[in-house]
Formats: sequence, structure tokens, C-alpha cells
Amino acid sequence: MNYFPDEVLEHVFDFITSHKDRNSVSLVCKSWYKIERYSRQRVFIGNCYSISPERLIARFPGLKSLTLKGKPHFADFNLVPHDWGGFVYPWIKALAKSRIGLEELRLKRMVVSDESLELLSKSFVNFKSLVLVSCEGFTTDGLAAIAANCRFLRELDLQENEVDDHRGHWLSCFPESCTSLISLNFACLRGEVNLGALERLVSRSPNLKSLRLNRAVPLDTLQKLLMRAPQLVDLGIGSYVHDPFSEVYNKLKIAIQRCKSIRSLSGFLEVAPHCMSAIYPICGNLTFLNLSYAPGLHGNKLMKLIQHCRKLQRLWILDCIGDKGLGVVALTCKELQELRVFPSDPFGAGNAAVTEEGLVLVSAGCPKLNSLLYFCQQMTNAALITVAKNCPNFIRFRLCILDPIKPDPVTNQPLDEGFGAIVQSCKGLKRLSLSGLLTDQVFLYIGMYAEQLEMLSIAFAADSDKGMLYVLNGCKKLRKLEIRDCPFGDAALLEDVGKYETMRSLWMSSCEVTLGGCKSVAEKMPSLNVEIIDECEQMEFNLDDKQKVDKMYLYRTLVGHRKDAPEYVSIL
Amino acid sequence: MAKEGLGLEITELRLGLPGGGTEKNEKKRVFSEISEEEENEKSNGPPELQSKSQVVGWPPVCSYRKKNSFGDKDGSKTSKFYVKVSMDGAPFLRKIDLALHKGYSDLAKALEKLFGEALRDAESCEFVPIYEDKDGDWMLAGDVPWEMFIESCKRLRIMKKADAKGFGVLQSREALNGTLK
Repeated sequence: MNYFPDEVLEHVFDFITSHKDRNSVSLVCKSWYKIERYSRQRVFIGNCYSISPERLIARFPGLKSLTLKGKPHFADFNLVPHDWGGFVYPWIKALAKSRIGLEELRLKRMVVSDESLELLSKSFVNFKSLVLVSCEGFTTDGLAAIAANCRFLRELDLQENEVDDHRGHWLSCFPESCTSLISLNFACLRGEVNLGALERLVSRSPNLKSLRLNRAVPLDTLQKLLMRAPQLVDLGIGSYVHDPFSEVYNKLKIAIQRCKSIRSLSGFLEVAPHCMSAIYPICGNLTFLNLSYAPGLHGNKLMKLIQHCRKLQRLWILDCIGDKGLGVVALTCKELQELRVFPSDPFGAGNAAVTEEGLVLVSAGCPKLNSLLYFCQQMTNAALITVAKNCPNFIRFRLCILDPIKPDPVTNQPLDEGFGAIVQSCKGLKRLSLSGLLTDQVFLYIGMYAEQLEMLSIAFAADSDKGMLYVLNGCKKLRKLEIRDCPFGDAALLEDVGKYETMRSLWMSSCEVTLGGCKSVAEKMPSLNVEIIDECEQMEFNLDDKQKVDKMYLYRTLVGHRKDAPEYVSIL
Repeated sequence: MAKEGLGLEITELRLGLPGGGTEKNEKKRVFSEISEEEENEKSNGPPELQSKSQVVGWPPVCSYRKKNSFGDKDGSKTSKFYVKVSMDGAPFLRKIDLALHKGYSDLAKALEKLFGEALRDAESCEFVPIYEDKDGDWMLAGDVPWEMFIESCKRLRIMKKADAKGFGVLQSREALNGTLK
């Protein structure tokens, strides 16, 4: 390969698209590093504080697409204070100053201001795609800037963001000349949109393949939109409430039947269950169905709908489907690969409607199942062992029992054996979340068998430091470890500090680690940022090394301490 | 919503004849019957985990999903409903966040926790929870659905049953039985 001119190598590298592979390629030799970095167009940064925008720009001048992740995962559950960090503005500012021709920006758990969006919209002529997932800090004014200024915008995808909706005219800001939209998702916005502007926008977007509406879009507008966009592949319905005997509803039925390309369906943010029959004609083609925001749909109507979905590969649903409903899934959806069952009422004691029975049914009926997120009332070892036998292909297995330390209700034993069976059987397991009553034993199993494990989430588990040590010693591919409310202390934390440099991050909250222990890690490993998050500001008054640390987040970085941390975060 | 028939049980309990309610020989607790019902449903976790709503960040559902997949309320679940609670005979008032509780029985348990000592020390253990609504009227707690209650409740008072007669809030047992269909 050394005798080929650079252009040939570059051409070969074009076929290498995965980030991991490109990273490996760049390590082979100096000339490969150079060729790779000039030809690289897509960069993924899993922790925005691991590198600086300046170094990114210096290394990859041809950058077109950037993915950034900010806050740690547990921020989703209110464990990370609001202004902890993850601001995108410095990145956009640096990129805007440079000669980078940014075309795509994908952000997750970052703080995005209107100012950032405006700067973004004005700085990159060819900007095509903005994807914001679980972000916050912006309003519809920022969206208006994107709509108005990004002349070649193809994708505006807003997923589960906290947006301050000024009920303005952002949708009307798309100029008449904008005809390039392929994907538009504003389901997470709460406010009204200009329905006329929406209809006109859809009419002049012949390439529109994905459209997800918010709940302010009523059924009669939906009908008009579908008439104009029968080529849709992915549809998110906002409001689905109407009189089933009306003219509008009849028109909707006709419109839906024309949409023969729809493979993905979501939304139903407001739903009248008696109107679901209009959807049946497209159910047979669906590969993805997301009803997890439709609490109004349950019981027989829900089951009838699912019975039409024989080609389903991914199903996201609320637990009001019940074990019985999961039985219907097991009988109908033989192609199912991913199942997510969310709680419809997380604080209702005894209201959760799925148990281990539903999971066992699905595992028996859906042999291709490889990804699971399951919130349930209870779980048994026997069930987990059965599931492990039925489905050895799990890549992601996330179980959440609503009572976090509940034992097996039949035997009153911890769930060690059940999860042990899962890790032993599923040799390709990459992500695991545990819950229920668990001792050190389960971690022994994880360390022994979970060879491919990359991400592990632990809560209210284990008896001693041994638990954490089994994991750190055994799971060679571990990248992210997040722990809350476990009795792991300094001994476990300090056993192998070099390990943390091989990982993206470690989160420990309400454990037994002390300030002294954390300081020790920071001293020994200058390539890590060790952050202590102390909202109650106890640390200010009492700097005793023996004091337990409430929240610690450590991550590897090439750029040292970040400068934007709020007062209650100390970086050791 | 059907679960909120518990409201009726509160009124029934309060009018219970001395010694005629529960068969168990426990310390007389104000809302003991309701609390027992919930105890049987819960698992044997440490006390601080039995009230699930008190554990921060559990179950691990992201806040966007919490605000958007439980009914059609727009974010009102995140607001707080702190009201003052006074109890006859207790030296000072307390405050309680109604939004933290799922229903009347949960509220009953919380009130017991707050006023446990005073309740146990009182000579007569018959109490009535009443609340002042938006119109300034004093109402018997338990009649309306929980969601409606937390919207309209401005303050709570745990009143001695003996004093209740003057309030005109209680009816005779027969009359109340008539309303309990």
C-alpha cells in the first residue's frame, strides 16, 4: 500500500465509513494518518469536553458532519444540575471562524442557545442538517433563524428537546425558495404552528420523506398534508382526534391509503381510539411503531392495531399494553428486533401493567429480538433464564423494575442468577442496565462473561467494593460505567486508575467514595478530569478528605480542565 | 382514575365507631385502614424507598417523557403545590407538597409522618382532614378526584372530630351511608 499515490489511498479510505475503522486506519503510520485526516468528513465526539473545537478543526479541515454529546446520561433523570455544562456555542463560534464547510450538526444532551442557532444558520452556506436530541436552552426564535437562513436545509430533526415555544411564526420563516426538505420533525414543540405555512411548506417539498408533527396539528390538517406528501416514509401524527363519522375522517382514510411508502409511524400525542381503523391499511408495511407517547391508546384497540403489524422490527410502547398485549406482539411480530416498554404511570403503586410474563412471551415468539428496554412491575430469575435461552442475540438489555431493589417475588432471592444467565448466553451484549435486588454475585458473572460489554448502568445494587472490582477487572471493552446508590468506595475506585483512560467516562453518585479518593485519582491520572458536583455546597465549608462525595463524574480528556464549569463543580 | 374510590374510604373511616373499625390490635392510627391496603401492595424495601416518588431519578425516565406521556396535562406535573397543614393541638404548622403524592392514601401517610407524635399523644384519636378551597369554603377531604383536589386545595387542617360538629361539615352516619352507593 505504501507504493500507491495518496489519491488512491484516499479513494480506498472513502469506503471506510465507521468511526472506529477510520480511527484505526489513522494509527497505522504517519502517511496514513495524514491522508485519513484530510479526507475525513464525519467526526463523532462522545464527550464534548474530551477535545477542543480548535484541535478538531486543526486535524480535520475537511469536516462536514459533526456529532457532539454533552451531559452524562444520568442527566436525563435529574441527577445533573441544570447548568452543569455542555454548551455548544463555543463549538459553533470556532467552526464559524474557521474555513470548515459544516453541513451537518448532531447534538445530544447539550445546551443550545438561540444565539448559537442564529450563528449556525448564518455561518455555513451549505448547511443541510440539524439534529437535536434531548437538548435545551433554545426557543422557537432560534428555529426561525435556521428556517430563514439555511437555504439548502434538508433536515430539521428535534427529538425530545425542552424548547421554549414562543408560539411564533418559525415555520413561516422557511422561504418560498426552500424546496429541499427531506426530514422535518417538530413533535416535541408544544405550541401552535401556522397550519397554512405548514401545508405550503409540505407542498413545495417533493423530497420530503420524514414528517413528525406536534400535537397542535389537528386531524384535518394531517389529511391535507398526507394528500400532498404520499411519498412519506416516516410519519409522526400529532393530534388524532376526530369524529369517526365525519367527512374529514373519510378523507383521511383515503389519504392514508395513498401513502404506500410509510414504514415508520409515531406520535398519536392525542388520540381517539375509535379512529384507529383508518391506520390499518398501512400497518402491514410498518417496520417501526412508536406509541410511547400515546397513553390514550390501550386495551383492545391497541391490540387490534398491533395485530395488523406483521412486519414490525421495532416497537416502542407503554406498559398499559399489559402482559396480554405483549402476548399479541409475540404472536404477530415475528420480525421484531427491538422492544421498548415505557411506564405509563411511574409512581402508581401496583399500576404497572407488565411483569416477567410479558417478556417471556415476547422472547419465545420473537427469536430475532436483540434490543430491549423494559420497565416492569417485577421480574423473576426463572423468567430471565428463559429469556436468555430464547434470545441469545441481545446487544442491548435494559431492565428497569419500578421498585429498584425488588427481589424475585416467587423465591425472594436476588436477581443475580437471572442476569447471570443473560450475560452468559448473550455473547454479543454491549449495553446492560440492571435493577432489582442484586448482590456482588451478579457482578462476578458480568466480569466473567460480558466480554463485549461497553456500557453498564447500576443502581441500588451490590454489597461491597468487590462488585465494582469484578466489573473493572473483567469487562475489557467497557467504555461507560454509571453507578448510583451502591456501596462502592475508594478501594474499588483506586484499584486500577489506569483503566479509566481506556473508558469514555465514569459516573458515581450516592456511593461511598470520598473526596480523598477522588483527589487520588486526579493526582495519578492527569489525563482525566475528575469532577465533583456538589449542589449543596457542603465542600466549601468542609474540605475533609474523608467526606463522602455525593456526585463524581470523571472522563478522559486531551484538553485538561474545562473553563465553563459552574461554581458547584470542582475539578480536582 | 377509578382507583380514587379511596376517597370514600377516608370518609367512612372517620365516622367509624370506637373500636368498630380494624380488627387488628395496633396503635390506633388515623388512616390505618388505608395505609394497610397500600402496605400489602408494596415490597419489603427500606422505608425510604417505599414511597417511590421520593427517590430522585427513579424510575429512570427522562424528564421530557415524564412531562409528555402521562395524560394530556402540559407540564403541570412539575409545578409544586405547597399548602400549609395545621393540626389541632400541634404547636406549629407544617407545609406539604401535594404534587408529591399520588392520592389520598399517600397523603394520609405523609400527614401521619408529619404529625405522628401529636396524633399519638392526643386523647381522642378521631380526626377529620378538611381543606380550604379556592372559594374559601372548608371542605371534607376525599370527595373529589385527587387531581381536582390538589388544584383547589389552599390549606389543610386536621381537625378533632369533637370540634367538627360545630363546623357543620359532618353528616350523620346514616346520611353519609346513603351517599355511598
